Amino acid sequence: MPTVGNGRRVAIVEGVRTPFTKAGSAFKSISAIDLGKLCVAELIQRTNLSGSEVEGLVFGTVIPSVIAPNIAREVSLMPILPKGVQAYSVSRACASANQAITDAADQILLGHMDVAIAGGAESLSNVPILHSQGMAEKLVLASKAKTFPGRVKALAQIRPKDLIPITPAIAEPTTGETMGQSAEKMAKLNDIPREEQDHLALRSHRLAAAGTADGRLTAEIMPVYVPPRYESVVTSDNGIRADSSFEQLAALKPVFDRNYGSVTAGNSSPLTDGAACVLLMSEEKARSLGYEPLGYIRSYAYAALDPGEQLLQAPVLAAPVALARAGLTLRDMDLVEMHEAFAAQVLSNLRGFESQYWAERAGFSQPVGEVDQSRLNVMGGSIAIGHPFGATGARITTTLLNELRRRGQQFGLMTVCAAGGMGFAMVVERAR
Amino acid sequence: MSSPYALHTEIANGIAVITIDLPGEPVNKFNRAVKDEFVALFDRLERDLNVKAAVLISGKKDSFIAGADIEEFLEITSAAEAERLSHEGQLLLDRIEQHRTPLVMAIHGACMGGALELALAAHYRIATDHPKTVLALPEVQIGLIPGAGGTQRLPRLIGVRAALDMILTGKSVRAKKAMQTGLVDELVHPAILKKIAIQRALEIADGTRRHQKHSGGVSGFLLDENPAGRRVVLKKAREETLKKTRGNYPAPPAAIDAVAAGYSGGPSHGYREESRIFGEMAMTPVCRQLIHIFFATSALKKDSGVELPVGSPLPEIMPVNKLGILGAGFMGAGIASVGIQQGTLVRIKDADHGRVAKGFAAVRDVLRERLTKRQITKVEYSDLMSLLGGTVDYSGFGNVDLVIEAVFEDLNVKHQVLRETEAEIRPSAIFASNTSTIPIARIAEVSQRPERVLGMHFFSPVHKMPLLEVITTESTDPDVTASVVAYGKKLGKTVIVVRDGPGFYVNRILTPYINEAGRLLDQGAAIDAVDNALLDFGFPVGPITLVDEVGLDVGSKAGKIMYEAFGERFAPPASMQAVVATGRFGRKVKKGFYLYDEEGKKGEVDQSVYSLLAPGARETTSTSGTQAQTRTQIPAAEIQQRTVMPMLNEAVRCLAENVIRSPRDGDVGAVFGFGFPPFRGGPFRYMDTLGIAEVLRQLEELNDRFPGRFEPAELLVSMARRGERFYPES
Repeated sequence: MPTVGNGRRVAIVEGVRTPFTKAGSAFKSISAIDLGKLCVAELIQRTNLSGSEVEGLVFGTVIPSVIAPNIAREVSLMPILPKGVQAYSVSRACASANQAITDAADQILLGHMDVAIAGGAESLSNVPILHSQGMAEKLVLASKAKTFPGRVKALAQIRPKDLIPITPAIAEPTTGETMGQSAEKMAKLNDIPREEQDHLALRSHRLAAAGTADGRLTAEIMPVYVPPRYESVVTSDNGIRADSSFEQLAALKPVFDRNYGSVTAGNSSPLTDGAACVLLMSEEKARSLGYEPLGYIRSYAYAALDPGEQLLQAPVLAAPVALARAGLTLRDMDLVEMHEAFAAQVLSNLRGFESQYWAERAGFSQPVGEVDQSRLNVMGGSIAIGHPFGATGARITTTLLNELRRRGQQFGLMTVCAAGGMGFAMVVERAR
Repeated sequence: MSSPYALHTEIANGIAVITIDLPGEPVNKFNRAVKDEFVALFDRLERDLNVKAAVLISGKKDSFIAGADIEEFLEITSAAEAERLSHEGQLLLDRIEQHRTPLVMAIHGACMGGALELALAAHYRIATDHPKTVLALPEVQIGLIPGAGGTQRLPRLIGVRAALDMILTGKSVRAKKAMQTGLVDELVHPAILKKIAIQRALEIADGTRRHQKHSGGVSGFLLDENPAGRRVVLKKAREETLKKTRGNYPAPPAAIDAVAAGYSGGPSHGYREESRIFGEMAMTPVCRQLIHIFFATSALKKDSGVELPVGSPLPEIMPVNKLGILGAGFMGAGIASVGIQQGTLVRIKDADHGRVAKGFAAVRDVLRERLTKRQITKVEYSDLMSLLGGTVDYSGFGNVDLVIEAVFEDLNVKHQVLRETEAEIRPSAIFASNTSTIPIARIAEVSQRPERVLGMHFFSPVHKMPLLEVITTESTDPDVTASVVAYGKKLGKTVIVVRDGPGFYVNRILTPYINEAGRLLDQGAAIDAVDNALLDFGFPVGPITLVDEVGLDVGSKAGKIMYEAFGERFAPPASMQAVVATGRFGRKVKKGFYLYDEEGKKGEVDQSVYSLLAPGARETTSTSGTQAQTRTQIPAAEIQQRTVMPMLNEAVRCLAENVIRSPRDGDVGAVFGFGFPPFRGGPFRYMDTLGIAEVLRQLEELNDRFPGRFEPAELLVSMARRGERFYPES
């Protein structure tokens, strides 16, 4: 039984997301708000839910529109939903959708709501320019390239000066360090070889391609008939490369440290557009409406550390807490979904799970343990699928639950690293 | 609450605020009683020297005054009586215009006909900036002209061009546009309408505010403000009106005469002419027929669509909150577009995503048109689009209230989707077919719940065509029928309930008409001669053009089904078969009886099509064009008789077989379904006008000439024998 709450249990009834597309590609003319609307409208339509049942809508986005900063409220103002829906936006960097989900879950646990939608959206095609002119040009060039080598060639032209951060969303305000620089630093501190990173990236692409081909991954994806002209339809992620090879990845130049670096465009998650959301209900409500939920939230935890230390290592601190709150161990977890911001971060996090040092920092005497590769990111991760910052947390939640259901398994762990030195972990369960 | 009076006056600070709130009616209208109240009220205000000015405001929610009471108008039996009515109205408005106490009109909601004429006589007009606030002089739509000074005051207020635009079309003008033309003096938010109206009344009474004449700019000066310009405008209006009405509608040219009289002979002459012409129009058969149609549609709006024994409970209406549509083609998308515009959640399914996307694009086109015309805002546009979802499986069909299938016209395909759908939808959900050719009972054969299956026959393009045929089978549950009728009305359609059978009603009576047009081509008639004869008769498009529009493939397929069902009298003409065999499917392939340009715009007759038809018998010219073909000259009257008579005959059969419930439904169905000339009142009204015996005589004569096709319906024979009519004599 869950160790949080007051006897109520929060059901995740269903999850849906748009395809994740590379910034500047298929969804370049759709704002984050509109991506969120498409996704929420489809979630309500495909779950046969009456919109009038929805009491809350919590949404995350990392780079909000300057004009309409409360994305949740904008998304909620569709005729499909009652105007009285409580709609607010949350911000926890790449764990924003997770924050949205746990906030909505908390409201349900408190008995304030019975039905809520939570998720997030990001359009990196539609942000106030994040990069220097040089970077922007090269990204556009890369996104236009028809072939992988063409894209690599374009990306390879990116120079460190192009990466001089302009907005606080990508660089840490306290340290001035960019996300990529942080990942580079973590690779060095945790001694993560380049090959290991490239292998992880390759694995991510291959598993995601397999999941797309057999429909396991696309089960969570809604078709997007692309507005405003509806001349095209997107039904799957456009960043996954079934034909990726180790040699291609190995040929890429490190971006953040040209001399001794190992983090490349190939072993990092790309700039992505997309939205994802889940439908949450109290267990009783789900039952009374006749739903068979995907699963339930068993426990969750957030953690944080000094951003100047290892910016993306906090999942290592959050996971043992979430597991302890669930009354379970890593061995109980049938599947583990770990957000892949950078391969260097994933490998650092995994090493942290095995480390006595990080266990003690988290306040535990034993490490979390070694993650069985056969249970980790079994349909790839953000490196291949893409990473619309505000949406990823909801994507991972749905991916994990759908695959648990398909396998007939019970427990799943997910972790998400976030800027600001923050981390998130959640344990979900299915009735076996 | 239960005051018998319509006018309620409160006097404060020297301002009389008159609230009009007709007891027991949803909207305000002018009838004799209200007029008497106005006369008495203005008598009183004249004497009450405490009153300096007056404000007129409506007590109805979002509705000002809908105009004159038409039912009362129908009681008039002579032109002199109608003329007197008009004259009395003019006198009352004159008196208001000259009254000691100026009147300010506070307009929120529709301000129609006589109400707008009153507003024109008043001293200041404030309208609310609200979508429900529209102003119009719709008299021509029922064969009349404005009779209370509208043809005189309106051109002087907003210029002759803008005035004719309103008077000759009867169209509604939104508040913003009314402000631009100077029809109203001020726009305000509804919340402050009364307050500002009182304030303006005080100012006008004090002389601190004068009415400012709206400037019409340079073109206003050239065309509206001087006699030469006005002559040009009036001449042009006459020409255009004649072109549009083909002489079938007397009211629009008469309205131009009334406007012109006010300029040529001075105001008093203008008012006299207006009254005289109003009286003349009131007695025209056109006016009577248009009013009949108006009442028939009003009656249908209140009709549940089902007849239940007296004393039984009302049918239970199930609201449609979510609509599933099968088939994202032109019809499916059209239905989706009207569904979302009524706030219905719509889920549209087709076999592949590309087709669904095309459907989305078609819905978008409908809404974009409204956006471009500023009928909706950008936010409303995106709100409406957000109600539309697409799928290639039945996801999201679990809670639909109604499914409308618009898939390929093939019984096996229909059976397959019905079976699939019933496995996914709730038992309470209704399944409707938008078929135009297949009997509903045949489709319902495979249903687990045939009582929840019926037909919803929309016409193309769905967002423009006003009629919906709801087709019931022997098994259809009356609650299901009533629910679908209610939803059809919500979609803005005029709904007739018809009994199942090949072609239902509209296509069944249309087919003999189209077939006969084709047979005229077989006999060598020119394509444009046939179309022109029926345009002259009053149809909005000729039968051959209609075939091009509908698509020859669709038309011939439907024709074949009806031929199988009804036998020889529905035999398809050789011409159609010859043309369709060459792949000339009409406008959609830009190749048919007529020429079409890249955008699908219709041009002249495609002369090359004649090589596919039987040659003309005698030598006459056909049309313009270089390679003019030899075609047989057939008089327009014969073309009209030969095409329209079998249509009337078939309509009578439909009535006899209870395909339609009443002549009223038959008239409305023909007028709104394919534009049977409204001024003739519909097939049944038209037969009453001709006389049943005369209809019978013409059919018998035709049957002698062309045995088999014109065999008079039995009901017609027996009615003629008994001297009966379809409607009681009015």
